[in-house]
Amino acid sequence: MQCDVCQTKEASVFLTQIVDGKMQKVNLCEACSKEKGVNDPTGFALADLLLGLGASQEIEKSPAAMKCPVCGFTQADFKKTGRLGCSHCYTVFADGISPMLKNMHKGTDHTGKTPAAFLKIREHDEKIKTLQSNLNKAIEAEEFELAASLRDQIRQVEADLAS
Amino acid sequence: MKFSRIIASSGEWLSGDGPNRQIVVSSRVRLARNLRDQPFPGWAKKSERLEVMNLVKQAVEHLPEMAESYSENLEALSPLEKQVLVERHLISREHAAKGVGSAVVMNAPQSLSVMINEEDHLRMQAIRCGLQLDNVFKMIDRVDSELEESLEFAYSSELGYLTACPSNVGTGMRASAMLHLPGLVMSDQINKIINSVNKIGLAVRGLHGEGTEAMGNLFQVSNQTTLGEAEEEIIGRLNRVIEQVIEHEQNARALLAQRKAITLHDQIGRAYGLLCHSYSISSKEALNLLSIIKLGIDLAVFPDAHRFPVDELFIETQPAHLQKDAQVVKMSSEERDALRASIIRAKLSQVPQPDIARLRIATPATTENQ
Repeated sequence: MQCDVCQTKEASVFLTQIVDGKMQKVNLCEACSKEKGVNDPTGFALADLLLGLGASQEIEKSPAAMKCPVCGFTQADFKKTGRLGCSHCYTVFADGISPMLKNMHKGTDHTGKTPAAFLKIREHDEKIKTLQSNLNKAIEAEEFELAASLRDQIRQVEADLAS
Repeated sequence: MKFSRIIASSGEWLSGDGPNRQIVVSSRVRLARNLRDQPFPGWAKKSERLEVMNLVKQAVEHLPEMAESYSENLEALSPLEKQVLVERHLISREHAAKGVGSAVVMNAPQSLSVMINEEDHLRMQAIRCGLQLDNVFKMIDRVDSELEESLEFAYSSELGYLTACPSNVGTGMRASAMLHLPGLVMSDQINKIINSVNKIGLAVRGLHGEGTEAMGNLFQVSNQTTLGEAEEEIIGRLNRVIEQVIEHEQNARALLAQRKAITLHDQIGRAYGLLCHSYSISSKEALNLLSIIKLGIDLAVFPDAHRFPVDELFIETQPAHLQKDAQVVKMSSEERDALRASIIRAKLSQVPQPDIARLRIATPATTENQ
């Protein structure tokens, strides 16, 4: 059996893992298994490895000529390395990445820690959203006094964020 | 702080105490973080990597946790020094291959280490003795929150922390515990356990071994996925699984003591005999035999006072640790095997012969009818 990475040498390391009932198999030769860190407990995950091999096709769902405007990274680069170029690549190649994430992870939305700075922005955004929808309702109901007060509140919240 | 001083003392995770430490050697949590507007290390130019390194290194060195710390650029470390850090689990193998533009910062007790420009701009980890993933997570979470005040991390509200490899996106967290499972290996149950742990989306790996053949009966259990669950949920899931594995290991030991007592006595006696009288021993054989001695200590066949010296041998007999004090630049593997044997003989001469009559199982055996 051939090594899945170099496609030349005989495979001697066989990995099988079952993730969510789906069997994933990778066969590697001695040299590639070392290079991929398969014998390194700190750095190895089958997902990483599979990503560098099979899953890299997925990103091709994004149009072929697409290039990250921030760092110049392309799909071909992803196919080669299995790693992205910069944090903005996640937006640029979103169409290709999201099915991949769906296969790899428990869910597609982050529910864990949020940096404090983001938390503040998110709170403001939500406040403004609520106020804005109340404002729209007030205008529709022709309650102009309430609308004026809501408008002032929105301005106040926006000013708070800017400060 | 100098490299020699860091190396002179063993890390807190080895010498310290922690819950379930007979079976759980260490608990570790690592977080991957990146700066928002800089390309990831693997894609960055050298000048960009240097810029990131200087920025991040300064922020890390100013952490209150790093008041007493060791900080070094990787090109300043010799291959042997890097390997010593790998053997202590303070840097990854991947990081050891890095040179200019990468760095490492760790605190004096070696419970906290930050790799700069590994696969991500920051890979920070906390490691403690025994099963205490919650504490270890709190420790690294605090460091992360402190760093976030001076560094702007790449984060999206949908995908969480953005990492070079999509397999780490979300929490960017890998939590793991190193388990010592001689009972499950001796009773041929280990593959069954590994398979069932894999089935629920957790990874099991050996200390250095590929597949299931691990050295020294040491296995690392960690989370595989990082997106779609909060950090606490991932750790909770891991904790529940590890507690079950511990129970299985205890049951396996109890069963061995009850039904295969002679085999067990024989293995402990032979391990002691070989280690006391060998003049050349490979790293693998040493680890496998030391594992049996460690089991003997758990079972009270050897006095508990020898626990730490034996645990230390697991690290001290690794190839780079052997050579760090030696005067020769590079030892041949025959020289290493001889030196390893002599270090082990010296230490084991302090350990009395196994007293099989004292053998006892640490926890009440609940194995009848199982």
